[in-house]
Amino acid sequence: MSQLSYVSKQVKDLKPSGIRRFFDLAAQMEDVISLGVGEPDFVTPWNFIEQSFHALEQGYTSYTENAGMIELRREISAYLNRNYYLMYDPSEQVIVSVGASQAIDLALRAVIDPGDEVIVVEPSFVAYVPTVKLAGGIPVTIQTKAENAFKLKPEEIEEAITPKTKAILLCNPNNPTGTFLLQEELEPLASVIKKHDLLVLSDEIYAELTYDDDYTSFPSITGMKERTILISGFSKAFAMTGWRLGYAAGPAELIAAMVKIHQYTMMCAPTMAQHAALEALKNGRQSVKDMFESYKQRRNFIVSSLNEIGLTCPHPGGAFYAFPSIEATGLTSNEFAEHLLQEEQVAVVPGNVFGANGEGYIRCSYATSIKQLDEAMKRMKRFVEKRM
Amino acid sequence: MKGIEVELLKLIENNANLEVEKIAKLLGKSIDEIQELIDRLEKKKVILGYSTLIDWAKVLDVEEVTAMVDVKVTPARGVGFDKVAERIYRFPEVKAVYLMSGAYDLSVSVKGNTMTEIGHFISEKLSTLDSVLSTTTHFVLKRYKHDGIILQDSDEDDKRIVVSP
Ligand SMILES: Cc1ncc(COP(=O)(O)O)c(C=O)c1O
Repeated sequence: MSQLSYVSKQVKDLKPSGIRRFFDLAAQMEDVISLGVGEPDFVTPWNFIEQSFHALEQGYTSYTENAGMIELRREISAYLNRNYYLMYDPSEQVIVSVGASQAIDLALRAVIDPGDEVIVVEPSFVAYVPTVKLAGGIPVTIQTKAENAFKLKPEEIEEAITPKTKAILLCNPNNPTGTFLLQEELEPLASVIKKHDLLVLSDEIYAELTYDDDYTSFPSITGMKERTILISGFSKAFAMTGWRLGYAAGPAELIAAMVKIHQYTMMCAPTMAQHAALEALKNGRQSVKDMFESYKQRRNFIVSSLNEIGLTCPHPGGAFYAFPSIEATGLTSNEFAEHLLQEEQVAVVPGNVFGANGEGYIRCSYATSIKQLDEAMKRMKRFVEKRM
Repeated sequence: MKGIEVELLKLIENNANLEVEKIAKLLGKSIDEIQELIDRLEKKKVILGYSTLIDWAKVLDVEEVTAMVDVKVTPARGVGFDKVAERIYRFPEVKAVYLMSGAYDLSVSVKGNTMTEIGHFISEKLSTLDSVLSTTTHFVLKRYKHDGIILQDSDEDDKRIVVSP
């Protein structure tokens, strides 16, 4: 008898992530320049690390409150207020999680009843669809259009809504497209959301990394705070992916529901990481700003290089991804990524792993050194020229 | 100074080796604009030079000794510390001179091939200046970090997995 028969039907039916498959390919090769990494190239700023050492030395090695250390929740609340004019009560409306990943999982599990539909806007972060399924929901995807620079339109939400729609997952700025929606683009979405009484899970983990315009946090739009769970974390702007620390903020009833699941399944987020995050919020602004400047320059560099090569790429407003079209090469996303890896040892992620409408695109992360980016662009140029 | 100038300066402060073409792309400007900007900043002596940071300790046949000398001086009427500072900084073996607050006045960094050579310079040239009252010399034993650059060999490899969500 195969042990596979023990695995649940739901998990068996989950598609393996296309990223995972590509990782296996790239990991076997040597001297790969990777533009396939969805995390900062910076090591966590030293003062965050050092504060965590200090906390460990002081014996902070036990559990914290389920919702996270109150000092940290206070700092998160103050940070959201300072940056996005939001008001959340740290004692009831904030939960510290194991990465934004866990906050997404908690939020979905806290609100989904079997058969509820959740709208996912593709191309999207690869975890959304499986997480909705694991929570017992039915993901309904919207395929945003390349001609709109993959910006979500209110009519697209209208079309996706059915009587079973419970919630919509928004990600702004978006992974993998780097698309960044401004206040005037979010407001019409908010009207539709309100009209149909939807709940919003707003993944704002890249909010700090928006380069040209001011950021509007979704719950700061009139009428949205009471129907939004804001999700964010320290992985991206604070360069803390490995610490596994994120948070959610929202209406007290919803946060309480998330804490309920959290207390049984996780107890609390890692204590030493919470101490590092506290330092990040108190004394991390300059580090965040320096990294921001560097991403911005590298974005300018990669976008103009890609366009020169003939891989057309609209200016991504945020995150650290460029999402160029590879149409000119006549290859599919998978072919492009695989051949590029084999011929030139450059790793990118095929766009179709982020949704059907990502076909014809690749995701290039520019969170890598200027030297590496420059070399990657030279290699990609050679690769593309052979095919045009 | 405009934002773009500051951005340019910060960029080349950490990497004087960047080509103009690359700088232009990074800052989203044309090559001509950047070249003009650099020319102007050089002319205004905002950009004073382009140097390379070298770990001489790794170059086996070159010996090099650095001393940090705390110097107490008598300031002169009308010119304060500037006159004596100039007398000192014009010596080529002097690599840096700072006016300090606190227990002494000038902090002077001196480079030479041997300790004897530096000792000779301090006893013959520096401490014999009329306005110099006293000197205290500290020899550098090991450089860990210089001008923001860590000189120790540490593992700076990218520790990230090659592809991630
Ligand atoms: C859009 C988006 N949300 C959430 C996450 C997960 O981040 P965390 O490390 O906080 O779990 C990522 C990471 O790639 C992401 O891109």
